[in-house]
Formats: sequence, structure tokens, C-alpha cells
Amino acid sequence: MTVFLQQLLNGLSLGSIYALVALGYTMVYGVLRLINFAHGDVYMLGAFAGYYTSRLLHGHLGAAGGGLVEAGIILMVSMVACAGVGMLIERLAYRPVRRASRLTILIVAIGVSLLIENVAQMVFGAEPKFFPQIIPEKRFDWAGVVFTNQQILVLATAVVLMIGLTLFIRRTRTGKAMRAVAHNPDAARLMGVNVNFIISLTFAIGSALAAAGGILVSLNQPGIDPLMGLMTGIKAFVAAVLGGIGSIPGAVLGGLLLGMAETFVAGYGSSTYRDAIAFLILIVILLLKPAGLLGKGQVEKV
Amino acid sequence: MKRLVPILATLAGLALLQWAATALLLDGPIRQGPYYYQILLLAGINVILAVSLNLTNGVAGQFSIGHAGFFAVGAYVAASVSVYGGPAIAGILPNIPLVRDSGILIAATSAGALAAAIAGWLVGMPSLRLRGDYLAIVTLGFGEIIRVLILNIDAVGGARGFTGIPRLANLFWVGLGVAASLAVVRNITRSSHGRALLAIRSDEIAAQAMGINVTRLKVTAFVVSAAFAGVAGSLFAHFAMFLHPNTFTFVKSFEIVIMIALGGLGSLAGAVLGAVTLTVLPELFRGFADYRMVIYALALILIMIYRPQGMLGAGGFLGRIVRMRWKKPVAKKGAETKSADNIGGPSA
Repeated sequence: MTVFLQQLLNGLSLGSIYALVALGYTMVYGVLRLINFAHGDVYMLGAFAGYYTSRLLHGHLGAAGGGLVEAGIILMVSMVACAGVGMLIERLAYRPVRRASRLTILIVAIGVSLLIENVAQMVFGAEPKFFPQIIPEKRFDWAGVVFTNQQILVLATAVVLMIGLTLFIRRTRTGKAMRAVAHNPDAARLMGVNVNFIISLTFAIGSALAAAGGILVSLNQPGIDPLMGLMTGIKAFVAAVLGGIGSIPGAVLGGLLLGMAETFVAGYGSSTYRDAIAFLILIVILLLKPAGLLGKGQVEKV
Repeated sequence: MKRLVPILATLAGLALLQWAATALLLDGPIRQGPYYYQILLLAGINVILAVSLNLTNGVAGQFSIGHAGFFAVGAYVAASVSVYGGPAIAGILPNIPLVRDSGILIAATSAGALAAAIAGWLVGMPSLRLRGDYLAIVTLGFGEIIRVLILNIDAVGGARGFTGIPRLANLFWVGLGVAASLAVVRNITRSSHGRALLAIRSDEIAAQAMGINVTRLKVTAFVVSAAFAGVAGSLFAHFAMFLHPNTFTFVKSFEIVIMIALGGLGSLAGAVLGAVTLTVLPELFRGFADYRMVIYALALILIMIYRPQGMLGAGGFLGRIVRMRWKKPVAKKGAETKSADNIGGPSA
């Protein structure tokens, strides 16, 4: 039972990272019907932005608030930077091919992903860097289940961001416009929605969330490298599909489920199969319920 | 009889090529001969991969990005056959080195192709009912699952890599694989099956309404494509003599996709040109190895934005020349060739 609870907790912590990244996929897919392969790389850029910010800040803040202040500043800077990167990617690469065939768009997305990875390898160097430990680790033991303050921080930040996003999309005018564009871009344009602005904004928000994911994961596992976004990106996409792509609660649910599935496989089975479980889940879900757990089935129009 | 002539001519031509390559590059006066020979072989293997992927991605319009998975299945199964079954096969063949080696290679390649085809059928059967992006992701996932499985099979070396594979493939066999893949894909594309596949690419629902068994055809194309990836895998294994799961990541799949996208999706000549370009160019620019992938990626994006039909797609200078020389005039069937040229262009 303790092992089970322990795995559950680890899974939630990992899953909340997947959920944050999956949100970006699902939002972009919602408005553009595009698998943004570069999303995982934005997550990587987020981690690196955090790394360089923390080096700039180093020593200027001391240990104010047990590192929380510094972590907060890093999170903000990185989210803003990545929001800019996301908008730039959309403007330069995706907007020119928005009306092209799906294949073309998909290939462009693959190209953008390769470009970011390789430029990052040139700029940052291919060898892993060590993210400074901003918040000293504290371990808690609760009836045999060990958890750290970092895991709690990850969970709490993820939950706050997700609630914020949900409120934004449900309660604000811009959020409503976003839903309208996701539903039907042409009709939304006719209703006076600035579709280009909404798509830019979607990329900005999605990328900011991915950056947050990148920072949070680096607080826990300090090794960062230019290819760290490859696997996480794809798994987060799997999480989005699992929950039902285009559905925001679905992305969260999918992320959490995937995180737990992975830790359980690693905990009870073999950790070498860890990477395969995501794809296995994906294939099973696509065969049984292609719309995902919370997605709505779509009738093909002729 | 009439069909036998081109086949024999191809075989004779390849034998001559092999002889010339051995004389000039391997034993000959050219200083970096073996290096050029290696590039030739790699280019050939990449051509097989690109041409076969072009059948699903280009002709049938089903976007698969897991080709490296089938490549891996073919490579590992074929290598296992020649490593573990090689002595047994050699035992039943006359003890002439050429016959023995050819026999083992043919057996291994057939096994690799068959295994890849079965894998293709297993993946294609359920997933080809999905469309577009989902299919892409499932094939991607499949490729990764294959890789993880290989990592965990100790008989083929797991994470250490598979060593001790005999070097049986040469320019003759790679050339034969290239010729076979070109012939099969070209004949399928020009048959009624090929036209049906083009119809599926243009509009699946309309194709179905015309009485085309959409799923069956898609799966057939997928299986043929996977089988040739298996052939390429076997040739690769028996040329590199060493296999490692990291060779078969989705980066390899992306590379094949880039080849056919650069050449022009759906164009056979384009696939060949793309594969050769992407094999030779990096070798020419060894000095810029660090920037190589950056240039690739940038080229890919720019081509997709400004020239989505690729180098040999419709309307291009190169495309027009190749079309003039390669395409037999098809009387009153302009409609089909036209739809074949529409790839990548704006679609509603």
C-alpha cells in the first residue's frame, strides 16, 4: 500500500508536468488543427531560459523566502520569453502555410522542431547542464510515503496555472473568442473576432505553460539538455490525445493518467519499458475511442 | 519473354556496376574509393526507404512517420537470420562462396521483408482507419515501441548493439533492391490500384462512394511500403555489420520524410533525388557538420512555405524536364496525372 501511494504521488508530480505541456498541444490543435511538434522544444527553451536567468540572478537575491522568490522570478521570465518564442514560431513558420494542406503543415512543424533543437545545440552546447538547486530539498515522511517540498511545489504551481487557464477560457471575452475560433475560425472571423490575434495568443499561452513545465521539471531533475523536449513533447502529445485533443480538462486528465501509468510501470515492472507505455496507451485509446476520454466525437462532413 | 529482357538487362548492368565499382573504388586507383563506395551504398539504401515511404505518404496520402520502425524490424530480423541461421542455410547450399553468400543474403532479406510486412499489416490494419494526424502519431509511437522492444531483447544485443553480422550486401544487391522498389512502386502507381490510391488521397469519402475498398487499399500500400523498408533494413544490416537501436529513432523516420518532401511528395523521381541529395550533401559539407541539421531544418521549412511540391513537383523547371523525359504520354487520362500533381498545394 505504501509503495502504491508512493508511486501515485510520484506519478501525479510527473503527470502534472505532462499536463502543463499537453495543454499547449491541445490548445494549438484546437484552433489550428495542427500538431505543433515544436512544442516540446519550447518546453526545453523554457528550462534553458530559467537556467540562464538563475545564473544572472545568482547571489543577488540571497535565500529570500527559501528560494521561492528566485524561483518565482525565473518562472515569470521564462514564461514570458517562451510566450514570445511561441508567437514568433507561429508568425514565421505556421502562418504562411495555414491554408496549405495538412501534410505541408505537419512537415513544417517537424522542420521547426528540428531547427530549434539544432540551433539550441549550437548555442547552448549539446552536453547536459545542471540546473541550480534554487529551493533546497526538504523531505517529508508521511506514513512511509516520502515526498519532497519540490514535488508539492510542482503540483501546486501546475494546479494554479491550470485553474487560471480554465478561468481565462471560460470567463473572459478573449477566452470566449478563443473557443469560437476553435469551433469555427471562419464563422468567428465573420463575428468580428481577430483570428490572427487569437491564434497568436493561443501560441503565447501554450508556450508559456510549456515553459512553466520546463522550469518545474528542472527544479526536480536538474539535468537539462537541448534534446530534453523530444520525448517529453511526444509524451505530452500522447497525453493530449488520451484526454481528447482539443479538450482542456482532457489534457489535464490525460497528463495525470500518463504520468501515473509511467511511474507504475517503472515501479512495478521494468523501467526500460517506461517509454513504450505511453505509445501503447496511445494506440489502445486511438483504437477504442479515437476522440479520447473527454473529447467529443466529430462527424465527418462531406 | 518480353518482361525477362529488362530484368536480365538490369541484372547484367548491376553486375557490371559492381565489377566497375570494385575495380575503381575498392581495389582501384582512387584514394578515397572505399569511402565513395560506402556513400553509394548508403544512398541506395536511402533511395529504397524514400521510394517505399513515398508510396504511403505521397501516393496514398497516408502520413506515416514510423518508417524507421519497419526499417529496424527488417534489419534485426534479417541480421538474426544470417547470424543464427546462416550456418544452416550454408549447409544446404553448394560450397561456392558467391552462391553461399547470395543464398544467405536472399534468405535473410526475404525474412526481413516478410517480418516488416507483417509488422506493417499489424500496425496498418487498425490504425489506417484513423486519419491524418492520428495516423502520423500512431506510426511514430509504433516506431518507438519497436525500438524499446529491441532494446530489451538480449539475443540481438539489446542496448549493446547487434554485432557479428556478416558483410554480404554489396552494390549489386543494393542496386537490385533499388531497382525492385522502383519497379514495384512505379507499377503500382500506374495500375488501377495506384489510381484508386490517388483517389483516396484526394478525397477518401468520394473514393469510397466510387466503390473503392479504402481500408484494404490503404493497408496494402502500407504493407508493400513496410516490406521494402524491411529490404532496406536487411541490406543496411549486411553492409554496416553492426546494428544499434539508436540508429532507428524517429529522427531517422523524420529524415526519410524530409527526403520525400524535398524531392516532391508523390513523385518517384523526387524521392530518388531527395534521398541521394540528403545522403551526399552532408558528406560534402562535413566541415560544416555542426550547421548541417540547422541548414536541413531551415531548408525544409522554406521549401514547404515557398515550394510545397518539392524539387520535382508540378510546375517546376526540374519537374518539367523530368516529366518530359520520364512520363510516357497517357492518352486522354490527363485528369489523373493532374490530380497527382496537386500534392502539397493549397487544398480546401
